[in-house]
Amino acid sequence: MSTNTYDAIVIGSGISGGWAAKELTEKGLKTIMLERGKNIEHIKDYVNANKGPWEFEHRGGRTQQMIDDYPVLKRDYPLNETNLDFWTNEKESPYTEIKRFDWFRGYQVGGRSLMWGRQSYRWHDTDFEANAKDGIGTDWPIRYKDLHDWYGYAERFAGISGNKDGVPILPDGDFMPPMEMNIVEKDVQKRYKEFYKDTRHFVIGRTANITVPHNNRTNCQYRNKCWLGCPFGAYFSTQSATLPAAVATGNLTLRPWSIVTKILYDKNTKKAKGVEVLDAETNKTYEFFAKIVFVNASALNSAWVLMNSATDVWEGGLGSSSGQLGHNVMDHHLGVGAGGRVEGFEDKYTFGRRANGIYIPRYRNLNGEKRDYIRGFGYQGGGSRSGWSRDIAELNIGGDFKDALTEPGSWGFGMGGFGETLPYHENKITLDKTNKDKWGLPILAFDVECKDNERKMRIDMMNDAKEMLENAGVKDVKSYTTDPVLGRGIHEMGTARMGRDPKSSVLNGNNQVWDAKNVFVTDGAAMASSACQNPSLTYMALTARAVDFAVKELKKGNI
Amino acid sequence: MNRRDAISRVGLILGGTVIGAEFFISGCKSGSKVNTDDLFSKETTAYLNEVGETILPETKTPGAKAANVGGFMAIMVRDCYTAADQKIFNKGLSQLNEATDKKFKKSFMEADAKQRTEILTDLDKEAKEYSKTKKPEDPNHYFTMIKQLTLLGFFTSEEGATKALRYVAVPGKYDGNYPYKKGDRAWALS
Repeated sequence: MSTNTYDAIVIGSGISGGWAAKELTEKGLKTIMLERGKNIEHIKDYVNANKGPWEFEHRGGRTQQMIDDYPVLKRDYPLNETNLDFWTNEKESPYTEIKRFDWFRGYQVGGRSLMWGRQSYRWHDTDFEANAKDGIGTDWPIRYKDLHDWYGYAERFAGISGNKDGVPILPDGDFMPPMEMNIVEKDVQKRYKEFYKDTRHFVIGRTANITVPHNNRTNCQYRNKCWLGCPFGAYFSTQSATLPAAVATGNLTLRPWSIVTKILYDKNTKKAKGVEVLDAETNKTYEFFAKIVFVNASALNSAWVLMNSATDVWEGGLGSSSGQLGHNVMDHHLGVGAGGRVEGFEDKYTFGRRANGIYIPRYRNLNGEKRDYIRGFGYQGGGSRSGWSRDIAELNIGGDFKDALTEPGSWGFGMGGFGETLPYHENKITLDKTNKDKWGLPILAFDVECKDNERKMRIDMMNDAKEMLENAGVKDVKSYTTDPVLGRGIHEMGTARMGRDPKSSVLNGNNQVWDAKNVFVTDGAAMASSACQNPSLTYMALTARAVDFAVKELKKGNI
Repeated sequence: MNRRDAISRVGLILGGTVIGAEFFISGCKSGSKVNTDDLFSKETTAYLNEVGETILPETKTPGAKAANVGGFMAIMVRDCYTAADQKIFNKGLSQLNEATDKKFKKSFMEADAKQRTEILTDLDKEAKEYSKTKKPEDPNHYFTMIKQLTLLGFFTSEEGATKALRYVAVPGKYDGNYPYKKGDRAWALS
């Protein structure tokens, strides 16, 4: 039994789990990080990272077999040949869609920190105050000042490159030198600025790719192969950053193939005493014990773990006394934007493949503006010269056609929106007890949809994109939109929200489960609203802050 | 293609024919498998290589045949095409020979380079014309498939990416204001 006892347990090894493990071990706690999937060793297991495009049999595309095997992943760009191994096996781990929800998962050490988009933005008080102002969901129990220092702490360790733009809605951070806009982006930015002055902003993306060497990591080499795993450790992942830091303390045990089936809740102490683990390879069950449990299984699976825990006390599981566990599922809605042609600059090109673009922070419903929807959206995009896949109207086939395609085409500029999704109580996940996964465990059922506010917002997202690009001198601008499907933003949030009152929230202002004070949830599940910024940086900051609190409480004997 | 690329690209490709790219973003239905063994016969891959070479011939840089685009097409049709598209592709190979025979009284392999170019130029016009009114549920034109696979196969091959285009495995830096003069080759993507 004693070998299964630690000071702290971390469930999950993705962005927030890695951070929890790093912070706990650095504070001297013997910690075990449990990961449901396989191990991925930094560099060694990035088996495709150094391949040229010709080394993939289908040149990175998708086979009919893959389409059959991945009925969800095939719905969008993630299904591909180059990093298929990083995406969850859907036959082994199915889920039920009462309504369509695109759940793109990564079950391995590092989780989705290996494939994430790396865009890293701070939130603003506007975001933390929004629920209270609008009377929607529950008020965040924290404000920007509570996270300010932790954002900086997370940025300095993770290595976020960005420019201090001084945009009020998008607080500047402790950045590494920014990546560069290309000549066309600078030109579009100049015209954008002339038109919109200080009312809207157009900035270089802030990304977790390091631009100077940092903690034994090499700066970004501009290969744009990030999601294959980076042999230079140039972008933040568990493997490149938090895991080596945790290992260096000598306090970390990492256990892959460990599906946490429940948190072991002690009715007498009203605390967790540990977790039950199903070994995914051997199907054997183990128990691990600790004083503190951090739940970082990703928003929906963290809720799943809680739903399966303490069911003898609360039928709906640990945290369900609030009536909110599994509810308020959020994501960012996307698939709407515009693009067009940029004239000139034929004597200009780019060198290097920059894994970053430009960002237009939210500008709607601020400074007293009131649209027919609440909240807002931002855009990501960029300018580039077209390549061989372009159409050449005047040429059909042959030598001239080929030679024309070996040269770059004209410049274009495209961008897509990321919109805030409101926390609707009825957008929920529940346990589907009739259908099981490969291990006989109940699976999740999704009943989640975009509603009126998101749909109205999308009209602005489409029309504004076109209008702004036209105002910035882009030609032949065409806008597009798609039927909004949640999940495909891959920013799941909200299923165990923070709040001020145990009657309406699962977690308090320190990410502590109201009903079990030594259990902390610091991934997307904790979010009380979604804002429109990419959320991972906020999870990092919340996690570091919660660990700091947890360890202080532990030392005080409060947990 | 990652999300950032996908977002920018959707904006950029509107209105244009995206050759090759649609394999990467469209899901498609499966059906009963068609026997594609014949695609891998020496004769068929040689035939496909010649078709490919006519679309992207050797100029001052290598052509499609040097990149074995014929072999690539066979793999892609076998593994990535739906049964319906496999049938269209297979039938198209016969249709191409029939069209050549009708015009020049010989098979495509027997035709000379000029005749091949003439046939495929006609076919390209026909396929482009067809695509103008094609509804998504209408069958694909076999020449559109051949041309897409040729371009994809060639420009992502080692020959195509490193000799017809320029491939830099580890750029090491980013220059957003890099000089370009007409004739400089494009960068191959990662």
